[in-house]
Parts: sequence; C-alpha cells; structure tokens
Amino acid sequence: MNDPTAPPLAVASILDMLDPFCGPVGFLNLIPESSLLSCGATGWGDEIANGFFITLCLSLGTLPVGLILGFFIALGKLSSSRALNLSANIYTTIFRGLPELLTIFMIYFGLQIGLRQLLLAFGIEEAIEINAFVAGLIALSLVFSAYASEVLTSAFQAIPAGQYEGGAALGLRGGIVMRKIIVPQLLRIALPGLGNLWMNLLKDTALISVIGLSDILRQTGIAARVTKEPFLFFGIGCILYLFLAMLSSIVTNWLENRYKQVER
Amino acid sequence: MAYVTDELIPPAPPPTEDKKRWTAASIAGAVFLALWFVAAVAMAAWLVGGWNTERVVQYGPKYLSGLVTTIELVATCIILGAIISIPVAFGRMSNNRILSTLSYAYVYFFRGTPLIAQLFLIYYGLGSFRDELDAIGLWVVFRDAWNCAVFAFSLNTAAYQAEILRGAIQSVPRGQFEGAASLGLGRIVTMRKVIFPQAMIVALRPYGNEIILMIKASAIVSIVTVFDLMGETRRTYSRTFDFQTYIWAAIFYLLIVEALRNVWVLLEKRLTRHLKR
Repeated sequence: MNDPTAPPLAVASILDMLDPFCGPVGFLNLIPESSLLSCGATGWGDEIANGFFITLCLSLGTLPVGLILGFFIALGKLSSSRALNLSANIYTTIFRGLPELLTIFMIYFGLQIGLRQLLLAFGIEEAIEINAFVAGLIALSLVFSAYASEVLTSAFQAIPAGQYEGGAALGLRGGIVMRKIIVPQLLRIALPGLGNLWMNLLKDTALISVIGLSDILRQTGIAARVTKEPFLFFGIGCILYLFLAMLSSIVTNWLENRYKQVER
Repeated sequence: MAYVTDELIPPAPPPTEDKKRWTAASIAGAVFLALWFVAAVAMAAWLVGGWNTERVVQYGPKYLSGLVTTIELVATCIILGAIISIPVAFGRMSNNRILSTLSYAYVYFFRGTPLIAQLFLIYYGLGSFRDELDAIGLWVVFRDAWNCAVFAFSLNTAAYQAEILRGAIQSVPRGQFEGAASLGLGRIVTMRKVIFPQAMIVALRPYGNEIILMIKASAIVSIVTVFDLMGETRRTYSRTFDFQTYIWAAIFYLLIVEALRNVWVLLEKRLTRHLKR
C-alpha cells in the first residue's frame, strides 16, 4: 500500500531507530515473540505503535493550523468593524455548536462531493477519495480554531492598552508591536486555556478513526476483532491515550512554569 | 508695547473628524459577511431546490425519533452522572488517602481518555467477560448498545461533574462552614441549607457547558448502532446518498445547542439577580 503521508525513506529509517515501541531499543522487544503484543507478524505491537504515531502526528499537525486560524478569528472578534465581529462570531457559533463527529463526516463527505462537482465542471469524471488524515486535519482544525479563538480573545482583553501605546510611542509598526510585544504576553496568558484545548484535541483525534484513519483506536479495534480479546486491546488503547494525556500535562506544566519565570 | 491683543481669535469649529470610511478591518468584515451571506443563501436555495416531499415524509419522522432518542440519552446520563458525581466529589475532597486517590484515579481516567474509546471498552470490551457476566445475570444488560451507551456516558459525565461540584464547593468561603457550625447546625443541614445553594450558583455555568458537551458527544452512540439523531442521519445518508441529510442534522444540533445556551443565560440572569448591585 502506498501511503501518501509516509515520510521519505531516509527520515523513516532514522525514525525507526528511535521508535520507542518496536525499534532496536523498543520496550516491546522485551516481551516474548509469541505474545499478542509483540512486534513481529504474530503480534499486534507494531500495528498499535503505528497507530500511536498517527494519532500524535494528527494532533501535532492540527495544532499550528488551528492556532493560527484561531488567532485571526480572535482578531476578528476584537476588531472595530462590526461586520468582522459578526462573521467571526458566526464561525465560532457553528463550529462550537456542531458535534465533532458531524463536522468530521460533513468535511469528509462534503469535500469528496464538492471536489467531484468541481472536476465535473471541468469535464473530468473521476471518483475522488479524500485521505482520512487530511479530512481529519481540516475538521479538527476548524473545531480547534473556534475554541482557541475564545481563549485568545479573553487573553487579548487581559493585555492593557498601554502595551500597544508603548509600542507605538517607541515608533514600532503595528506588525512588530504584535509580534514582539503582544503575542509573547498573549501566549503566556492563554497557555492554561490552550493546554486544555490540546487535551480535547488529543481526545477528538480518536473520532477520526470512524472515517478510516489507522490511529490508536482503529488499530486496537482491528486487533480486538481479530484476536477476540476486545477488553485487552481497547484497554491498551485507553492506556495509550492516558499516557499521551500525562505527557502533555507534564509539557504544559513545564511551559507554564518557564513563562512564569520570565514575568519576575 | 501691549502684550495682550484687543481681539481674541474667533472660535473655530472643531477639526473635521478624519474618519477613514474603508479601513482594512471594515473591508475584511464586509467581505467575510458577504461570504457568509452568500453561503447561507446558497445553502437555503439548495435545500429548497432539493426538497423532496416523499423523502421528507419518509425520513422526517425518523429524524424526530432520533432527536427524541438524543434528548432521552443526554437527560438520563446527566441525571445518573449527577448522582454518581456526588460520592466522587466528596471522595476527592476527603482526607482519607485511599478514598481521594481512588476518586482521583477515576476522574483522571475518564477525563484523560476519549469518550469513544471508553464506549468501545464497555460495549465491545465487556464481551471478554461474557461468561462471568452471564453467571451474575448482567450479560443481558450489557449486550444492549443503549445500556452500554448510558453506562459509559454516565460514568464519563460523572467524572466531569465531580470536578465541577468539587470546584464549586471549595469556592464557598470557610467562614460559611464556621458560621453554620457556630449556629449549631449539623453537617448535613449545613451542606443542604448553607453550602449547596451558594455552590450551585458557581456551578451553574459549568453545568450548562457540560450539558452542551454531552449533547455534542452523544452523536458518538451512532457508531455502536444506537439510532439517535446522528444515527438516523447516517442511516438516511447510506440509503439516499444525499448530502442534505447531514445539513439537516447540523441545523437540528445547532438549534438545540443554541436554544439551551440561551435558556442557560436567562436562567443564570434570573438566579443571580440578588447578586447584582
């Protein structure tokens, strides 16, 4: 199977070396070859490890897209233009109000239908299959940006007007004031809220398995069906998500402490 | 040489306000609003153009029954979750190390893993214990997708509600407990008459958010063959291949969520009117 999201060969071989599950130093090598969780052809360890990396890639890929989109929507909400406020609010109302699962289905099927219609307009008749990873990334970015814009809006409001005025008094242009003065403070204020959103994002990636992405949940589900050991494998899936949650809370705590020190 | 002139400068009108009509923000606003408007009109035209009375008669009642299923599920789970959350919240606040660790682990597990994984763990995973469950007569309960969904969702929302409840109770100042104790009130009366009413006002908004999150999360049950609003939508789509089915579901969900949000705003206004100055 030719996977378009697979990294190039050289990168892949380095990643294989560092693979904490099934690589040369992977911990799954410690368990016997014949067990259900080993890495070879008989065990499911390597498949599940693959799912783990796909979940991680999807959420790490969604994060920057969603953050940037959310940043501009927050700017729209705080803009002096009423029309811009209204359009930003319509956006957040829609994507915060729709169930994530429905958004995912609508993006997945909607993009396929839309692209096919577009190609038909150019006279090309072809059935299009959208990559589940791309559809998931778009859908999760829309949802994440809607929530992130709320967090960033309140963070913007916590920054006093004097900061903008001080920047202007130093003769800095608008873009530089934003980049060098406002955004660093903004991120520090918004960090706890964004940390929560990141946790939600991690959990929402599990929904993408429904449209066929081979993430943790899908891989453990296949293993569960084939081996008839559903509790074991879904339990392992839950533990992997818990592991990701713990890892992210360690990282966000570290970031929060780090940026708190800057303030002193 | 006179330093003061005889005439004063005549008062001038204020400088005309140099108001730019088209700033970057207002242009962007006009463009985006126009885009939304065009999208809404196109969507409405498409829905009207694709209106198929036969289909609406055939599938409309199913959508409504799906809607009722969704509301039933959410109401059941929120109430069951509220009941389960009380011991969990008190366990979290307890001085007993074992109790507080246990309830912390419970909350951490249900908040740290995706709801869909929890649902699969219960719906498919409990099949591993079929013989044991059969022996105590519980297999009949867990064989049914609806019961599994209620079980998983109640446990999940209980974890979130326990944290809301704990935060709310801990937000009540200590003086309130001490004041009640100095009046000679017992622990249960203190809780019910003094602490709870104050805590509930703090908890009102997060509870509203939790209900909205539950309504959105309830769409997940469609994957384990419960025909809620989302389930009926998917079934209709698989029969008609008409994308409008999803649009109608989106409209229904947005209407419920927005209605609930507005009701909650009114409720909060009404219940906190004594706090306004």
